[in-house]
Amino acid sequence: MHVQVNGEQRTVAAGSTVAGLLKELDIRPDRVAVELNLSILDRSEFDGRNLQEGDRIEIISFIGGGQGA
Amino acid sequence: MADDRLTIAGREFKSRLWVGTGKYKDFAETKKAIEASGADVVTVAVRRVNITDRSKENLLDYIDPKKYTILPNTAGCYTVEDAVRYARLARAAGVSDLVKLEVIGDEQTLFPDTAGLIEAAKILIKEGFIVLPYTNDDPIVARKLVDIGCPAVMPLAAPIGSGLGIRNPYNLKIILETVKVPIIVDAGVGTASDAALAMEYGADAVLMNTAIAGAKDPIMMAEAMKYAVDAGRLAYRAGRIPRKLYATASSPIEGML
Repeated sequence: MHVQVNGEQRTVAAGSTVAGLLKELDIRPDRVAVELNLSILDRSEFDGRNLQEGDRIEIISFIGGGQGA
Repeated sequence: MADDRLTIAGREFKSRLWVGTGKYKDFAETKKAIEASGADVVTVAVRRVNITDRSKENLLDYIDPKKYTILPNTAGCYTVEDAVRYARLARAAGVSDLVKLEVIGDEQTLFPDTAGLIEAAKILIKEGFIVLPYTNDDPIVARKLVDIGCPAVMPLAAPIGSGLGIRNPYNLKIILETVKVPIIVDAGVGTASDAALAMEYGADAVLMNTAIAGAKDPIMMAEAMKYAVDAGRLAYRAGRIPRKLYATASSPIEGML
């Protein structure tokens, strides 16, 4: 099925979870926040949350930055 | 300076110099500059993880969140909605309720949209955030931010990255006199004397990024800023002499031939 991850189309297996997606992308779950269809997930939800066709997922983290844009 | 700690919302900070982590050539340089600055608060931005190139290193591999207070910002947000969304994501990704709130007004000046800032701060404070707002050097806005519950206010010295130093010292002095929470001068510092001056006026801390990261030798400049902030703070506490038009001899007249 198709989902959108950080603005890019991606195919994931049916029944995939948020935790599974992070693992597939080699992303440590303790350093990111995940927004699923505009609502922020608690880390404890990563394991149990199944992805659905057309889901929009944002995975964010901290980068170097000071002020402004 | 162990007896002169900065306290904000019950949290105690060792350093009165806070630094950003942008614009360095790599994470190794970022880490060295932060160490040289002596800062214990470092700001970070919130962005999408690069999912196509996972070889990219993580900033937090270099800046230990146990050693430093990580202060996420909402840099790059031009609307209340975006700033609130980024702040919530930052809290979910991090470990604390601290956020340096920025609602930027336009790309050319990067001046804060103070109306949007107050609105976003109200929403986030209601949600339990500790909001440190990046604001203009406007005493009235600073007071309003305190009234709605900001435990510190961060007025700019000059536009972000401009290096112009304190453009409106009289406004800054009014803010320092009238606002009874810690004032952190944020943005616009160019060199060490700018930071020292802010501290001599009575600012509680200075936050900078470009002045260090953009210097020819960022690590040396980080060290210079550490001394400048410490010197300015000590001079403020020591109390400077008044300015006078004419000379006053510092050697005694008694005993002259």
